[in-house]
Amino acid sequence: MTITVKEIKAIRIATGAALAELGAERQDIVALDADLAHATMSCTFGEKFPDRFFNCGIAEQNMMCVAAGLAISGFTPVACTFAMFGAGRAYEQVRNSICYPGLNVKMVLSHSGLSVGEDGGSHQAIEDISLMRTIPGMTVLVPCDANEARKALRAAVDLKGPVYIRAARLPAPVFTPDDMPFEIGKAITLKDGGDIGIIATGLMVYQALLAAEELEKAGIQATVLNIHSIKPIDRQAIVEVARKTGRLITVEEHSVIGGLGSAVAEVLADECPTSLKRLGVQDRFGQSGTPEALFEYYGLTAKHIEAAAKDIVGSKK
Amino acid sequence: MTLDELQELSRQIRIDVIKSVGTAKSGHVGGSVSCAEILATLYFSAMKADPALPPEARDKCVLSKGHAAPALYSVLAHRGYFPREELLTLRKLGSRFQGHPDMKKTPGVDASTGSLGQGISIAVGLALGARLHKSQQKIFAIVGDGEAQEGQFWEAMMSAVHYKLANLTVIMDNNGLQIDGTNEQVMSLGDIRAKALAFGFEVIEVDGHDIPQLLNAYAVKTQGPKFILAHTVKGKGISFMENQVGWHGKAPNAEEMEKALAELDGQKSLAAVGA
Repeated sequence: MTITVKEIKAIRIATGAALAELGAERQDIVALDADLAHATMSCTFGEKFPDRFFNCGIAEQNMMCVAAGLAISGFTPVACTFAMFGAGRAYEQVRNSICYPGLNVKMVLSHSGLSVGEDGGSHQAIEDISLMRTIPGMTVLVPCDANEARKALRAAVDLKGPVYIRAARLPAPVFTPDDMPFEIGKAITLKDGGDIGIIATGLMVYQALLAAEELEKAGIQATVLNIHSIKPIDRQAIVEVARKTGRLITVEEHSVIGGLGSAVAEVLADECPTSLKRLGVQDRFGQSGTPEALFEYYGLTAKHIEAAAKDIVGSKK
Repeated sequence: MTLDELQELSRQIRIDVIKSVGTAKSGHVGGSVSCAEILATLYFSAMKADPALPPEARDKCVLSKGHAAPALYSVLAHRGYFPREELLTLRKLGSRFQGHPDMKKTPGVDASTGSLGQGISIAVGLALGARLHKSQQKIFAIVGDGEAQEGQFWEAMMSAVHYKLANLTVIMDNNGLQIDGTNEQVMSLGDIRAKALAFGFEVIEVDGHDIPQLLNAYAVKTQGPKFILAHTVKGKGISFMENQVGWHGKAPNAEEMEKALAELDGQKSLAAVGA
C-alpha cells in the first residue's frame, strides 16, 4: 500500500470513542475504570451512560474482579486502565477471576509500551503482551492506529470470552484505510516483497512501512505484515512470508521476551525454521524521555528497521 | 427447613467434608466445617437456591474462601444440583469437584474462587449486575478472616459501600486460624467489627454455629451492604480438629476419618433426623 496519513490520532482516543458508540448500540456493555477515565478515554462512555459506568478508584485488582461479577450477571464489561496496572498489578485477578472461568470481560489497557514516554520506566509496560498471551483462552489484540483500534474493540465485544486490547497513549498517524477488514487471528499484508519480511505490531507497523519504502529505494523488496492479533496468531501468514523471503524481522515496542518476536519464533520453530531478528526492548527497563527519543534510544524507528533489514539482506543476498 | 433440620444438615455437611477430603487424601477440613451452619442456612433458608429455578431467578453466593469447597459441594448436593455420592470424586482427575470452586465444572457454583480476596470483589460485581437488571436477587459472599489480610479485600469492602449495595451480604467465617498459626500470631486483624463499621457496613455479630442467630442476621433489613461477623470454631464438631492450626489443609487418614465420623454420628441425637 502507499502510505497515506489521514490524521494524527491516539489509539486511546479511538477506543474511547468506539466504546461510547458501542454503548449506544448495546445495552449489555458496561465500562469500568480505575481513576484513569480521562487518560484511557473511557470517560466518553461514562458521560453518555453514567448508569453503566463504574469508576472503581485506584484499585485495579478489585476492578478486574468486579468486571468478572458483571460478566457472570450477563453484561459485557470493558475494563480500562493503564497496561501496567491492568496486565501487571492485576495479573492474577485477570488470570483467575476472568480467564480461568472464561468470562466475557474485555480489557482495554492504554499507555502501553515505551510510548508512554515521560512518565518513565515505572509506567511503561513492556511485558503486558507476554503476560496476557500466556493465559489460556485469552485473546490479545494490538491495533496499529486509531482506525484499527475502533475495529478491534468492535471485534472484541462481538467475541465471547476474555480479550486484551493493548492501546497506546501517543497521538499517532492514522494510515490504515477505513474499509480494511479486521478479523481476529488474521494478519494483514500491507506491502508485498520477496527479499525480507518485516512483521510488526502496534505503533511499529507504521515505522515498518516507512522502512519498507526506504528499502524499496535501495532495491530491497520487503513484505510488511501487520499482526494486530497476537493471540490467536496467523500462523499461515507467518509461514507464508517466511517461505517467501527466508528472513524475517519482528518489531514491537515491547520486550523481545514473550511478545510478538517470541510468538513469531514459536510459529517458526514449529513449522518453518527461519532466520529471525527480533527488534524490541532487549531485556531492560524503559526510562523517561519523549516517545520519539525513547524509540531512537531503544532502536525502534524506521531507520533502525531499515538498517537491520539491510544488514540481514546484505549478508545473505 | 426447621431449625432441627438445619442442624442435622450442618452435621451432614461435616460428614461429607470428612468423607470427601479423607477419600481425596487432600483438602481443607478445618475451614470447611467451620462454615457448615452458614452454608446450610444460606442454601436452605436465606437464598433462593432451588436448582429448578432458572439461574437468573436464583440468589447468588460466592465462596470467597474457596478452600471450603468441600462444604459448598455438600450443600449443593443436598439442594439437588448433583448426586451426593459423586462428592467422593473430589480432587480426582476429571472430577466435577475441583480443589477450589470452578463455576464451569460444578453446577450451582456461582463463581470460580480460591485465590483469596477475589471472591468478595466478584460478589460486588454480581450485586452491581443485579441492580442494573433491576432484579431482587440477593448476593452473598462468604469470606475468611485470614482472607482479610489481602489488600483487595478492603478494596472490595470500600466499593461495596461506595456503590451502596444493599443487596450484598458479606459473611465472615471468623475462625481465628490460618495456615501458619493464629491470625494474632501471623498478622493481627485487629478489631474487624470496628473496621467493617468504619468502612460503612452495617455489622451484625453472631455465633456462626448458632442457626437462629444466623437466620435473624439474614433477616435484618439494611440501607447499605451488610457484614455478618460470624464467630466460628475451625474444625467445629470434630473434637481433635477443633481450634487446631494443623487441620487447615490436612486430610484425615483412615483412622482419623473413622474417629471423626464416629464423633459426628454421636451428634445425631442432638438434632432431629431430618436429612
